[in-house]
Amino acid sequence: MIKFENVSKIYPPDCRAIDNVSLEIKDKEFVSIAGRSGAGKSTLIKLLIREEVPTRGKILWRGFDLSEIAEKEMPLWRRKIGMVFQDFKLLPEKTAYENIAFAMEVGGRDDEDIERDIPKLLKLVNLSDRAGNFPSQLSGGEKQRVAIARALAHRPEILVADEPTGNLDPLHAWEIVRLLIKINELGTIVVLSTHNREIINGLDRRVITLEKGRIIKDAQNGKYILL
Amino acid sequence: MITSLIRVSKAGWLSFWRNKWLSSSAISMLALAIFGITSLLLINVLINSLTANLEDKIDISVYFHLTAEEEDILEVRNKLVKLSEVRSAEYVSADEALERFKEKHESNEILMQSLGELDNNPLEASLNIKAQQASQYEAIVAFFNNGDYQEIVDKINYLENKAVITRLSAITKSIRQVGFIVLLVLAALAVLVSFNTIRLTIYSARREIKVMKLVGASNWFVRGPFIVEGALYGIIAALIALFVMYPIVWSLSAKITLYLPGTDLFYFLQANFFAIFLMQLIIGIALGTTSSLVAVRRYLKV
Repeated sequence: MIKFENVSKIYPPDCRAIDNVSLEIKDKEFVSIAGRSGAGKSTLIKLLIREEVPTRGKILWRGFDLSEIAEKEMPLWRRKIGMVFQDFKLLPEKTAYENIAFAMEVGGRDDEDIERDIPKLLKLVNLSDRAGNFPSQLSGGEKQRVAIARALAHRPEILVADEPTGNLDPLHAWEIVRLLIKINELGTIVVLSTHNREIINGLDRRVITLEKGRIIKDAQNGKYILL
Repeated sequence: MITSLIRVSKAGWLSFWRNKWLSSSAISMLALAIFGITSLLLINVLINSLTANLEDKIDISVYFHLTAEEEDILEVRNKLVKLSEVRSAEYVSADEALERFKEKHESNEILMQSLGELDNNPLEASLNIKAQQASQYEAIVAFFNNGDYQEIVDKINYLENKAVITRLSAITKSIRQVGFIVLLVLAALAVLVSFNTIRLTIYSARREIKVMKLVGASNWFVRGPFIVEGALYGIIAALIALFVMYPIVWSLSAKITLYLPGTDLFYFLQANFFAIFLMQLIIGIALGTTSSLVAVRRYLKV
């Protein structure tokens, strides 16, 4: 369970990217974060994965303050959360299989585990036949599916997706969203940031809408609001 | 721990192999640096033998009175060779001096005739002294002036040779100094260039470093492969430098011996083969790994 308590993020000199935000995400929840570019979606995600630290306020994960994580313990936190990005962030010099294996290797999983889990993950994202391909040989949708498989390799409790469909056509975008729903149904919290109206309206889940760093609406079964 | 080590080495090897083009540019720069540093070392050997050659031509002679006893002179010699500045002290007795004089002036009949008319040997016994370094003759002269030997010593030809000796010692000293500075500057240059090349290869991997950190890799897990890669660069560069150097030294060596008799560079290379190769390996690996280590550091903060 994640809790934001009066969180503000101010970039010097006085750019308020996130302004006094409080929210709570429960276990097994699927939350979309909507808003226009510059509304603060990416900053919220960065705070969550602790790429940034709040200027004011606290972010709590099961009661533990994220800003107390020391530089050394960061990898451990990163292994608790799965991350998916708009630009995929795959390692270009590694094949699909190796990209997923890397995430498991850094976690110290043994080779048997890796050899057992990766085929399952590839099957989940429907890419079993592309294991040996490099990212440059994959389509956008396929790349994002590899990225999702990698994000799941740690068996994270929370999956954070920052505009995962931003670079994809509508058909592939829905493929990714359906995959996220499936992962959520398996018990993982999913936080999806997007500005895609069709996706938000089609999801019919909780939607938090941001504008100028503030929450302007937080609704179960929410819809996209035209501003 | 061991699995991590194996994984890190494997990743380093893979990235080295898949980035052949980038790797080869880093290797060639490193090989140049190693080649440069080793040739500077060999040039230093040459400079040393050149200055040694020059210094070998300097000596001073101390002449003793005709009345001086031979055993007193030999006693002086014994004390002299114990001084750290003295490399050698050759005793030339009066008879020997006469022999040498006759030999030298055989063709000069007037001189030989007038020598024959003398009843006894007019030449004095002497010590020919060579110092370790040209600058140390002053100290040796001081030994004679301060000691109890003033009674038996007639004259020291140092004063006559002083101008030449100080000149030569200044030259050899500046050859050494200039050589050392040139060596240092060139070595620094080589190190900087190869460091920057490796920095570029890591700059091109900065996004990947960020991704690795984002999927939960610890700093050492990210650094490791780059360090392995850097070490591989170093090892291969050292081998290349050695293979290039060997034939070059072989072909130049004979020519150098013509100018500097008694200096055989190729022999020096062969005699110190393993030491030189070890040095090249250490330079290569140290340069490769520390460059990687320093260059990766700034991209690790994510």
